[in-house]
Amino acid sequence: MIGVEHYIFVGAILFVLGVLGIFLNRKNIIVILMAIELILLAVNLNLVAFSAFLGDLTGQIFAMFVLTVAAGEAAIGLAILVIYFRGRGTIAVDSVDRLKG
Amino acid sequence: MIQTIAFYLFAALVVLSAVCVITARNPVHSVLWLIMAFFNGAGLMVLVGAEFIAMLLVIVYVGAVAVLFLFVVMMLDIDFAELRAGFVKNFPLGLLIALVLLAELVLGIGAWRMGGLDLGTPAGTAAPALGASNTAALGAVLYRDYLFLFEAAGLILLVAMVGAIVLTHREGRAPRGQQNISRQNARRPQDATAMRQPKVGEGIEL
Repeated sequence: MIGVEHYIFVGAILFVLGVLGIFLNRKNIIVILMAIELILLAVNLNLVAFSAFLGDLTGQIFAMFVLTVAAGEAAIGLAILVIYFRGRGTIAVDSVDRLKG
Repeated sequence: MIQTIAFYLFAALVVLSAVCVITARNPVHSVLWLIMAFFNGAGLMVLVGAEFIAMLLVIVYVGAVAVLFLFVVMMLDIDFAELRAGFVKNFPLGLLIALVLLAELVLGIGAWRMGGLDLGTPAGTAAPALGASNTAALGAVLYRDYLFLFEAAGLILLVAMVGAIVLTHREGRAPRGQQNISRQNARRPQDATAMRQPKVGEGIEL
C-alpha cells in the first residue's frame, strides 16, 4: 500500500535531482532556474502528501502559496535574464561579475 | 492495486523526467522534460486526492511558467554548447553533494518512520468536510482562515508582473505601445463615429 513515506521518498529524490542540476549546469542560468522549479515541485509534493495523509488542508494552501511565489520568481528571473542578455550578449553565469561580488 | 501501479508509474516518470531536465543538451528539451515532470507530479497529487493543486500545477506551470521558459530559451540567441563546458568537470562534486543530501533526507525519513520524534497529532482545524470536494474544502479554508495571505499572494503576483514589465520595457524603441493620454482624452464620440441610415440594397460611402 502506498503510504506517505513513498511520497516523501519521491520528493527527496526530486529535490536532490534539482540540487544536482544546479551543480551540473553551473554556467547555464536557464537550466538553473528549471532546477529550482524542480526543487519547488518536490516541496509542493511533500506538502500535498502530508496534507492528504494527515487530513489537514493547510498543506495544500501552503502549496498554493509556494506556487504563487514560484511563478513570480520565474517571471522576474527570466526578465532579469532577458535584460542581462540584451546588455552583454551572453548569459554565462561566470561573466556575471559586474558587482564584484 | 491500480493505485500502486499508478503511483510507481508516475513516480518513475517524474524522476526520469527530472534526470532528463538536468542532463539534456538542449535547453528546449529541458523545458519539455520539465513539462513532463510537472504532468507526472500533478498525477501524483491527484492520487492522494489533491486534485485542485494538481490542476493548478498543470495550468500555472505547464500553461504559464514552462511556456515562459520556452519563449526565453528560443528568443535568446545563445551558444548552449559553450555553456555546457563545465558539465563533466562539475559532475563528481555535484554527485557527491547530491548523494550526501539524499543520505541525509533518507536518514531523516527513516528516523521519522521509526517514531523517534514525537510530532504530536494534527489539530485537525482544517480537516476537509465529509463529502465536500477537494476544491470546495480548499476554497472554504482559503477564504476563511487565509484570506489576508491570499490577498498578499495576489499582491506578490501584481508586483512580479509590474517588475517584469518595467525590467524588460524599452523606452522609445517601438512606436506601438506609446500612449498619448491627452490625445486619448480629447477624442470624442462624434469625431470617431458617424450615424448613417443607408437604404436597403445600397452601399455606404465612408
